[in-house]
Amino acid sequence: MPLPRTRGKALRQRLAELRGPDVPAKALDARALAALAANPGCRRRAILDGAGVDKTALAGALGSPSAFGQSQFALTRGNAFEAKVKADGGAELLRLVHEKLDRRAEPPADAAVPDLSAIGPEGRTARTALALREATEAPGTWTLLDHPMLALDVAGSPAFLEPDAVVVHPDGSWTVVEIKSFPMLDGSADPAKVGAAARQAAVYVLALEEVAARLTQSGAPAPEVRHRVLLVCPKDFSNLPTASAVDVRKQRAVTGRQLARLTRIEDIADTLPEGTCFSPDLPAAELTAAVESVPATYAPECLSACELAFHCRARSREAGAVTTLGRSIRAELGGLTTTEDVLSAAHGESGDPEDPAVAALRRAAQLRAEALGLEVTPCP
Amino acid sequence: MSLISTLARLEAVSTGRAQPAATVRHRHLSARPLVFVPLTTAGEAGAPLGALVGTERDAPRLLVVPQPRDRDLRFAFLAELADVVLPYIDSYAEDVEAAERGETDPETGKRVKVEVELCADAPQLIVPSRTGVDFVRLLGRSMRFRRTAEQDPETPYPAPPRVPLLGRWLTHYGERARVPGSSLLLAMTDVLSRHWATGQSSLEDQHLGALLAWIAPPEGMTGAEAALHAELARDPRGQLLCPPAGPATDPAFDNKLLAPAFERYDRARTALAAAEDGLEADDRLGALTAAEREVRELVASRTRPTWEKVWAGIDLLRALPAGAHVEERWTRDRWSFTAHRDRITAGEPPQPRRDDAVTAANKLASREREQARLEAQEALDDPLVMAARRLSGEAFAGEVTDVVMAYSESKRPSPRPLVTVRTDDRPHLAERAKVYRSLDGKPQSAEFVGYEEEGAVVVLRILDKMGRGKEPEAGSVPEKGDRLCFTLFEHEQRGGPKLPDPEATPWTHGGPPGEAAAVPESADPVTAEDVL
Repeated sequence: MPLPRTRGKALRQRLAELRGPDVPAKALDARALAALAANPGCRRRAILDGAGVDKTALAGALGSPSAFGQSQFALTRGNAFEAKVKADGGAELLRLVHEKLDRRAEPPADAAVPDLSAIGPEGRTARTALALREATEAPGTWTLLDHPMLALDVAGSPAFLEPDAVVVHPDGSWTVVEIKSFPMLDGSADPAKVGAAARQAAVYVLALEEVAARLTQSGAPAPEVRHRVLLVCPKDFSNLPTASAVDVRKQRAVTGRQLARLTRIEDIADTLPEGTCFSPDLPAAELTAAVESVPATYAPECLSACELAFHCRARSREAGAVTTLGRSIRAELGGLTTTEDVLSAAHGESGDPEDPAVAALRRAAQLRAEALGLEVTPCP
Repeated sequence: MSLISTLARLEAVSTGRAQPAATVRHRHLSARPLVFVPLTTAGEAGAPLGALVGTERDAPRLLVVPQPRDRDLRFAFLAELADVVLPYIDSYAEDVEAAERGETDPETGKRVKVEVELCADAPQLIVPSRTGVDFVRLLGRSMRFRRTAEQDPETPYPAPPRVPLLGRWLTHYGERARVPGSSLLLAMTDVLSRHWATGQSSLEDQHLGALLAWIAPPEGMTGAEAALHAELARDPRGQLLCPPAGPATDPAFDNKLLAPAFERYDRARTALAAAEDGLEADDRLGALTAAEREVRELVASRTRPTWEKVWAGIDLLRALPAGAHVEERWTRDRWSFTAHRDRITAGEPPQPRRDDAVTAANKLASREREQARLEAQEALDDPLVMAARRLSGEAFAGEVTDVVMAYSESKRPSPRPLVTVRTDDRPHLAERAKVYRSLDGKPQSAEFVGYEEEGAVVVLRILDKMGRGKEPEAGSVPEKGDRLCFTLFEHEQRGGPKLPDPEATPWTHGGPPGEAAAVPESADPVTAEDVL
């Protein structure tokens, strides 16, 4: 039950308490947001991400370290490629934007590249908003914002996002640019990676739309945030950039809906017992109890997206949850959610034979046993 | 996933061991497959790091690129790979048998039988995982447009001879792997998870180590424990005990072991280049060789465990009896191999970057047909697969309780016996739906007449395979007491109407081939910044 005392506290302070004393908050990046939106029902992930807990450290402290990491080769390559794309004041990048998205506009020359450096994420966000306003109010010119900072309200707390680049067109509209180092081979790239990039870009589009909405308070029409983003990748086996316009309308709609559905972090925080803390310095038993106090919805897809996945998987297996084997499996099992229940129902030891799910299970068990030449368990 | 395989997975969870998902082997396994365990460099498009390759379990050939960013070293690797793979492929290209193929005679337009060669067996490539198949395809793409010095003396950075040829073969194998039921190029994880249901999700089954841990856990461990060990256990240096099956490597391996080794190699090479006299050069050459050996050992240490696992998987699969239709599907693979051999002998250009509309339509149609064929054949070969079809109402099995002789109402009455089958299954039969059963390997069709006793009894009218006489041939009509299995799907795929020849295809559908088709694909432009 929520304690009346905690309600009054500012959310920020409450989240800092959850994180633990002297633990800096980890920024919520677009990749994490996109992954979070992929599993919106997971309260554990929502509160941990919302509070800025370092989940990698937490998973290590829980005894199920995550298996994520980035190879320095990939990192070097990615940075080198991004630097190449943005070289010469982004001439190549702007040429690609012009060619792929806005051929009717003037070809870019002498594009403005404002300096966006400022102190702290809040300062950089304000600087970015200012630069966007200035660029939008100067029609007929191209502007490249290199690593701007955007703020997006996620489940009641701000998340700071850093797109690779945002381009302001001569007509005042804005385009998100995503630079990735996976190759575009003969004009096509790995669909899974393109999908991930599109989901990430969709979050930036949402954040930019918030900025655009704030700019209009003065009365002028809102600047348009284009729903076709530019994905820049190396061409074939070379290091030369090539680009493709990716329509993210669908991803934007999905992500926007999921973000709106996220249970408010405040509400989750209120359900936690007083004194809950996720600091990785705490003893494992205490941490486990703290993590267990928020329910998770584990599915195998988490393994590729969440640092805590191995911990949640172990818990899910212990509980015998059938979702451990995949979300789709739940669909045909009706109300049966644990391995034990399903097997005992299939072997005729429990369950209501009138229930269609149970009847189908028994029939399946019988057919399987028959095919394998096992002794057929008689169904009552 | 059908309820039966879900049940198998749950049984695996509760018993701690993988459960059979098939009673026979549904893929062909060559007596002498070529196993290929490649590794790639993170972040680069298909810059290989090394590979273990070979047909002998005890004597794999280790190929290593000591500095993957160096084009010459990469070409040396590809040339060595060609030296292993091409002789293996060639050894199958020679041994042929005579076969017949139906062709349209260009003059008369009639279908005639033509005697052609068919390779008696085909080379089989086995990689550890599905990503390995993608890597084979990528390697093929990166090599097949390369020009050798012999083909084009002007070309910058000429590829070693035979590398483009290897690219064409790998492309062919990669494309063939997309055809359902084909066995020219197999991914071990896919084949194993086809035959066993583990207690983990299909996503986790992509990890070869974890998959094998469920199928054959070590003494005293459950599958779950062994799989967890395979996924996560690390040595004191933070390295995975069971390295990923590749081609991607573990980031911890890249950062802690591989990067320093590359750096030492680069330093040794720079030092060698700067050597001022012969004596110094000798010393430094020694250092370079040592640095190269270090990278070789690292690559060997990450590929050898996977190599062993692939062979362990082959052992497991060989223990299963082959399904009855596996040989027939393998013959199709042999046709595919022979056809590509002929295309190369005829001097045709490499496969284009993108298929034209006609080729693409043909490929799609043939994959759809093969998918349907595979599903039907697997069900006929394997009672466990048939059980899933019976559960979903696409087949039914039961005992014949009555046979009544009847005749068709034509001038020459033919036998149309009525057969009554009692079944526990609940087939979804529409009025006059056709059902099929296997009679000496050939499908015999029957027509649904009606249900009796609230669906527990099905009455069928047998339609064919009874001979030409008034009396059906002996053994062609079911008898009382027979246990039969009828399917609602056809056993043999007829495929849709044949697509017209490219020359006869209207331009609206991508044909006929114009001048564009006559221009051979150019090689990838080579720039100084190319990584491959």
